[in-house]
This record gives sequence, C-alpha cells and structure tokens, in this order.
Amino acid sequence: MERIPILRMGPFLLVTIQVDMHDRLALTLQDDLTAKIASTGAKGVLIDISSLEVVDSFIGRMLANISAMASVLDAKTVVVGMQPAVAITLVELGLSLPGVRTALNVERGMDQLHRALGGTEKRGVNEPARQDAERGDIAQ
Amino acid sequence: MATLRSETLPVRSERDIVYVRQTVRRWAEELRFGLVDQTKIVTAASEIARNTVVYGGGGELRLEAINDDVRKGLRLTFEDKGPGIADVDLALRDGFTTGAGLGLGLGGAKRLCNEFNVDSRPGNGTRVMLLRWK
Repeated sequence: MERIPILRMGPFLLVTIQVDMHDRLALTLQDDLTAKIASTGAKGVLIDISSLEVVDSFIGRMLANISAMASVLDAKTVVVGMQPAVAITLVELGLSLPGVRTALNVERGMDQLHRALGGTEKRGVNEPARQDAERGDIAQ
Repeated sequence: MATLRSETLPVRSERDIVYVRQTVRRWAEELRFGLVDQTKIVTAASEIARNTVVYGGGGELRLEAINDDVRKGLRLTFEDKGPGIADVDLALRDGFTTGAGLGLGLGGAKRLCNEFNVDSRPGNGTRVMLLRWK
C-alpha cells in the first residue's frame, strides 16, 4: 500500500509530503503519524509541505487533525514551507488553520520545536552545559 | 462567448479527483494564468470534484477554454446524477454540511472563482459551473 514515509530524528518525527495526495493517502498519513507518536513518544512533528501546490479543505483538515491529535498525545506539530499562492488560496477558501503552528521553512520549524521542548529533557542534559563551556572559552 | 477547446473527464473516484487537479492545472498553465490564479481554480476544482464523488455518486467534468472580446477564461462544469441539493443557498453557507467535511467546499470554491453557478434539484442531480477569467 502507498504511504508517505515518516522519519524519526531524536525526539521529533519528520514528514515531507512530495506527492499530490489522494484523500485516502492523506487519511493513512494521519493514522500513521498518530500511531508513530504514540509508539515513539515523539515530542514534536514537523510536516514539510513545500512541494504541495494545492491544499484544499480536505488536506487542510488533515493538517488540523494531525496537529490536534498530536497535541492530545503531548507532541507539538509545525507545518512548514507553505507556498505563498497556497496560503492566499487557503485563506480565501475560508481555512486559516487555527491551532496549527507554521513556519516559513524547515530550519525555523525545527527551531520552534526545539524551543517548545525547552531546556528540559534531552536537550537540557548535554547542550546547555556545552554552550556554557564554549562561552567560557570565548571569554578567556 | 466562444469555446476555444474542450475536454471531458470522468469524476468517479479519489484518483479522479487527483487527475482533475492535474488537468485543471495544465489547462490554467496553458492559458497563462498567474500562479495564484492557477492555485485558486485548481483548489476550487478539487473541492467540487470531491463533492461530485462523495455526494453526487460520481459524474463528469467538462473543461472549456473560452474567450469573449477582451479576455480568456477557463470554465469548468461538473455534472452528476446524484440525489441533488435540496437547498442550494444553505449548501453555499460556510460550515453547512450533510457529510463529514468542514462545509467549506461550495462556498469556498465560489470565493475562488469569478463566476459560479449551482443548478440542482432533489432527484435530478447537480451541475456546478466555475469560471475564472485570466
């Protein structure tokens, strides 16, 4: 069966939608992502839609659903890379995706997820300490 | 108004909805629509194509490249032989749905086009016409 791949990167799940999805494929992605959040305990989901030339109300609803389901499972979702023409069309269609975090590109999306994760958990153990050390080096 | 050329596609399955999007995109490109206008007409077509499949039990789409004296346009006519729409005005209202959707399809598609018309009577199927001028 046709599926959109979901990649795991540390505490996050990454999805890049690169095909014009038919409705069932979108629903399958919604189910797969939710199951994967539950099985991996992921804290964030990044969905890259920069290749999508059309987001209609069905796909829009899928993005909102994923975001809501992930939230219930204690994971943040960021949708990144929406093309300007798609954004204009979505708003005119009447869908402004309330409750869905967005970012202009993957980099900013990852930043949002890292910030949402805060200084707690995985990040808190190693990285702040190393940053402090680096800052110390510069000061010397 | 003159029809420059036309094509008819089946709109019976989810795959057909994808093919409708791709075909409408190709026509809009060939008519040299700008990217935003392309996206609008393709999105509107996707909404109505889904209605045709889900509520109309399948039907067909006729694409027409048309022109009047000053401009070119793309006209899309979706037709099904389904149960029809009892109250078109109500169906056009945002948030109204008899199915599981968001109720944005018809009203949203109307906003994305320059001309829009729904012709439907219970038991007689539904015809939706979308037109976007270049």
